[in-house]
Amino acid sequence: MKLLNISSPHATRPGTTGGVMQQVLLAMLPGIAALTYFFGMGHIIQIALAVIVAVGAEAAVLYIRKKPIGFFLKDYSAVVTAVLLALALPPLTPWWITIVATLFAIVVAKHLYGGLGQNPFNPAMIGFALVLISFPVPMTTSWTAPTPILENAIGFSDAVTLIFSQRETIDAYTMATPLDLYKHKVAVATADEITLDPIFGSGIALGWEWVNIAFLIGGLYLLWRKIFTWHIPVSYLAALTACSILFGWDSDRFVPTSLHILAGATMLGAFFIATDPVTASTTPLGKLIYGAGIGLFIYVIRAWGTYPDAIAFAVLLMNFAAPFIDQYTQPRTYGHAKAKRGLPGKE
Amino acid sequence: MSLLHFELHDFRGGIHPEEHKHQSTELPIASAGIPSVIVLPIGQHIGAPSSPVVKIGDKVLKGQIIAEPQGFVSTALHAPTSGTISAIEPRPIPHASGMSDLCIEITPDGEDTWIEHHGVKDYLDTAPAELVNIIQHSGVAGLGGAGFPSHIKLNAPAEKITTLIINAAECEPYITADDMLMREHADQVIKGIEILVHILNPDRCLIGVEDNKPEAINALNKAMGTTRDDTHKIHVVPVPTKYPSGGEKQLIQILTGKEVPAGGIPADIGVVCQNIGTAHAIHNAVVLGQPLVSRITTVTGKACAQPRNYQTLLGTPISHLLKLAGVDHNQMNRLIMGGPMMGFTLQSEDIPIIKTTNCILAANHEELPNPELAQPCIRCGMCTEACPAQLLPQQLYWFAKSSNLEQVEAHNIADCIECGACSYVCPSNIPLVQYYRFAKGEIRQANADKIKSDRAKERFETRLARQEREAAEKEAKRKARAEAAAKKQAEKKAAAEASGASTNTDSSSTTSSTEAPLPDMALLQKKLDAAKTAVEKSKEKLAAAEAEGSDKAELFKNAVEKSQQKMKDAAKAIADARKQMKASENTSSSHANEKGDPNTPERLKNKLELAESRLTTAEERLAAAQAENSDKVDAYMTAVNAQKERVQAAKDALNSVLANSNTPPINETASVAKPSPNIEQLEQKVRAAQTRVDKASERLEMAKAQGMDTIDALQLGLDKQKSKLADAKKQLEEAQS
Amino acid sequence: MTPVLIAVLALVGLSIVFGGILGFAAIRFKVEGNPVVEQIDALLPQTQCGQCSYPGCRPYAEAIANGEEKINKCPPGGESTIHAIADLLGVEPEPLDAEHGEEKESKMVAVIREDECIGCTKCIQACPVDAILGAAKQMHTVIEDECTGCDLCLDPCPVDCIDMVPVATTLQSWHWEAPKAFDPATNHQIIATDRGQAA
Repeated sequence: MKLLNISSPHATRPGTTGGVMQQVLLAMLPGIAALTYFFGMGHIIQIALAVIVAVGAEAAVLYIRKKPIGFFLKDYSAVVTAVLLALALPPLTPWWITIVATLFAIVVAKHLYGGLGQNPFNPAMIGFALVLISFPVPMTTSWTAPTPILENAIGFSDAVTLIFSQRETIDAYTMATPLDLYKHKVAVATADEITLDPIFGSGIALGWEWVNIAFLIGGLYLLWRKIFTWHIPVSYLAALTACSILFGWDSDRFVPTSLHILAGATMLGAFFIATDPVTASTTPLGKLIYGAGIGLFIYVIRAWGTYPDAIAFAVLLMNFAAPFIDQYTQPRTYGHAKAKRGLPGKE
Repeated sequence: MSLLHFELHDFRGGIHPEEHKHQSTELPIASAGIPSVIVLPIGQHIGAPSSPVVKIGDKVLKGQIIAEPQGFVSTALHAPTSGTISAIEPRPIPHASGMSDLCIEITPDGEDTWIEHHGVKDYLDTAPAELVNIIQHSGVAGLGGAGFPSHIKLNAPAEKITTLIINAAECEPYITADDMLMREHADQVIKGIEILVHILNPDRCLIGVEDNKPEAINALNKAMGTTRDDTHKIHVVPVPTKYPSGGEKQLIQILTGKEVPAGGIPADIGVVCQNIGTAHAIHNAVVLGQPLVSRITTVTGKACAQPRNYQTLLGTPISHLLKLAGVDHNQMNRLIMGGPMMGFTLQSEDIPIIKTTNCILAANHEELPNPELAQPCIRCGMCTEACPAQLLPQQLYWFAKSSNLEQVEAHNIADCIECGACSYVCPSNIPLVQYYRFAKGEIRQANADKIKSDRAKERFETRLARQEREAAEKEAKRKARAEAAAKKQAEKKAAAEASGASTNTDSSSTTSSTEAPLPDMALLQKKLDAAKTAVEKSKEKLAAAEAEGSDKAELFKNAVEKSQQKMKDAAKAIADARKQMKASENTSSSHANEKGDPNTPERLKNKLELAESRLTTAEERLAAAQAENSDKVDAYMTAVNAQKERVQAAKDALNSVLANSNTPPINETASVAKPSPNIEQLEQKVRAAQTRVDKASERLEMAKAQGMDTIDALQLGLDKQKSKLADAKKQLEEAQS
Repeated sequence: MTPVLIAVLALVGLSIVFGGILGFAAIRFKVEGNPVVEQIDALLPQTQCGQCSYPGCRPYAEAIANGEEKINKCPPGGESTIHAIADLLGVEPEPLDAEHGEEKESKMVAVIREDECIGCTKCIQACPVDAILGAAKQMHTVIEDECTGCDLCLDPCPVDCIDMVPVATTLQSWHWEAPKAFDPATNHQIIATDRGQAA
């Protein structure tokens, strides 16, 4: 019998990249459930559409690139990208926008850079940013109102109709998001007046608070499973909180901290988007800086930019910086008095 | 006693692989017995390999030294059992490359007779230096894995040693050799540690044992009760189970909280680390006087019917152990020497157990399945979390993969201990450690190449400078010669003009053709020659001057006289020297002959033979070149002519010597001077001659076929070769009979 | 008139000041030799083989530094040297110019078949690094450690008694290769390959 000749170690922990991705998908379930409960079946359809398109596109590109298709589909990375993208999109986004965003994410943002592990930018956020810039109107007017303030919850068939055809009646179901609303009204009204709007419900932001808590739970699950480390989510949320307290203590002029943390895609971003290991910083200190940078950019764009939410742009901006951050945040190696700061590059 | 609370530190990273240790601790240590053959590589330790001091056919006793240390970083090798040395040749050795190295093979006689040996009873009253000497000559090298000769760490370190650490962590899965050693031989281990404490005199000695070995910890503590350690320096310290706590640097960090500086050794921070197995070997060497000839090896894995620890003689083939453990060869998928984290795979079962072999893991497909296909790295960072050296494994991976050696080095790959924790946790199943090993090897190679290219550059530049200098010197000489020639020309002209100027001294009588075998003779001869030339020159000048009627004639006359005087002196000196020499020759002529007079007939004969053989080769080549019409014919021609001259000269010399001397017949001297001809050498000679004959006849055939005009020459060459072959054969026959 | 004068004076003043600074810098920070040549020379393999058609590595380095020569004419250095020089000079790496020879797979060293050597000293004269020992009509030998494997001694040898042999891997020089797609012994796949390339 031929004996195998390979380098040590011979023992490995069972598990694959696909397994990691499956854990991530599992952790997104509470968030998806909350979104569906509060905002109707739109996200379910978006997820299904995005996943089908993403897997199809991935297989096609792998075929063209002459890569083993089955082997690479098994890593579930295309599925994770598709689900993240679908969760970021408004639930009633027209179908063609979803397809464009997904195709762009998989084909351009991922495979043109060399496929899994090689892409410098988060593919889902590239896809999202593309359609947000290209089609601003449908992208900002497709958020359904929270179910409790609608007369009828959006059922499956309603969602299918609204996404694939009958765009005319969409206004009956949609509404600005709380972040958007607050930002636009704060110039002319006080905090108390703004929060009278039913969209803020009795708590912070109707439905959104629960969605964010659900994503937080999923994120904590991943932390417990050691899929990623605490650095990025903690510094991300800490920076966002710090900025919003610094500027937003006066809720008559700025969006309050509670809304920053528990409305919009804050928790989705903190635990599922910013932590994408491929595009994030990799050193422990670098991760802290990277997360803090995202938190800071989110606040800056939300407070003074045109867009009500800003996860995508903040993450992409920090993606740019990640390799640079890594260069200057090398950890101190065992036996070395000091960490290296900056590495030999080209002259 | 040692139950005091001890503050432990932690090291970063680390993993918790499945332990698989209980399988091999169910049964006590058994003796593996004496195998049918023992193979000992001469390089079982780090440093210079030992040098064999035995010959094939020698009988050796157990414990007899068979290879001696070469230099300081080296250690001795002893026969593990009594028997006969049956081979000293390259054999496959336990090494990841599967390559071969010089090994000494012993065929045991089954008696297992010890050589006479005795231990040092009062070792605690013996000088440390003496103990270290015993340890070196007992061949003790680190039994933990690296095989670093133990005496080096004990040899009067520059820094004061504050802590002696005994590494008994044994963190790698499957391996239980140290565990079982502590359970069964705790007394001896503690005595060995006492010797180490005596040698190094540290402030404290800590035995680090992972807390998954409670039996071993109890045994050690019990043995401590009997110790003579009245200073209470020795403590058994249970450390939390986490791989790689048994790594030297990690164990030091756990026990002392200090880090070994990068590129440094533990002694730099006042720590010496020794493996517990080494402590046992030191006990055997010092107390019993037994060199390191056996060790405990764990044989385990699911392909084994009964995993167990064996007291194994060094050099025992692995196949012997596998048979004892009842290995099912159909199940065995991977055969590993060492543990599953850092061991290396073996391709053959004939490879022997060496001093560092703590485990043989015969794994089946179920426990160590073939590695999955490597998926792309997603930079998940799990490796960074696992790395005990606080490196960034995935950055190292990307740079190693793209052979960016500069960046790999900048990311401190030199501090990687290759523990395998990163590969273990990698969800993408990337063989990370192999990439690091590759990169480390490339860096080593690149550094060696750099040194070599720097040296090549230096040599090239030196050569250029030399050539320039030589050219300049040549130029200068040429000029000088040209000037001298011009001058001479002028003088000759002048001399021709002057008629009747004649010489009156004939100095040739003094310059009998003496061969100057002694240096002072040569010197004198030179002096005489110089004086002669001076006389002649002066005379010429004088003649010229007289012819011109110059007023310098008087001056020149004086000069001539002076030179003549000098010449006479020199001639006299030579004559004296010659007389002296003759006298001395008479007394010591026989001496001179023995001492290596180059003109003894046998030497001359050798020379002649050599010259002839060269001539033949040269002729052959010439013939071949002519046949091919090669443009090298001229060169060959010169070579042949030169050889011919040499042959002639050699012949003349020989003849003259033979004729002049009354030396006994050549045959006798030859047989006296030459060592009895080695049959092997002669056989080789015959073979070489045969090939040459074949070649020559081939060439001849070719020439004939093509109708070349070199047939005669080739025929001649062939005949010569044939006669040589016949001679060689004859010689061989003579030697054989 | 005055403004013009002021402007002229100001300019003159500035030129004097900056000229002074430049002059000082030129002396204070003077660089001996041409550092680019040194750097390129350091990257070249120093085999001194002349395959680039220059008489040694340094002249080739000088030619590259002067922009007279392409960087792809060094077969002993091969791809890695081309990349290193391209990196240094900030130019595009080019494939090795086949006209000057091909990159050898392993390092070579010259070995003289000593019983065939006629002692002509031709190889000694050809060796750029004085790695061959011997004297006229005496057998020659190669100092293996100093031989750069440049092949220059092969042609001059009248009896073709010099062989180029690959440098043998020893236990000391052996190291793990980068993981290959397949383990040839067991044909076990380790790294995914492109479809159709599987062995």
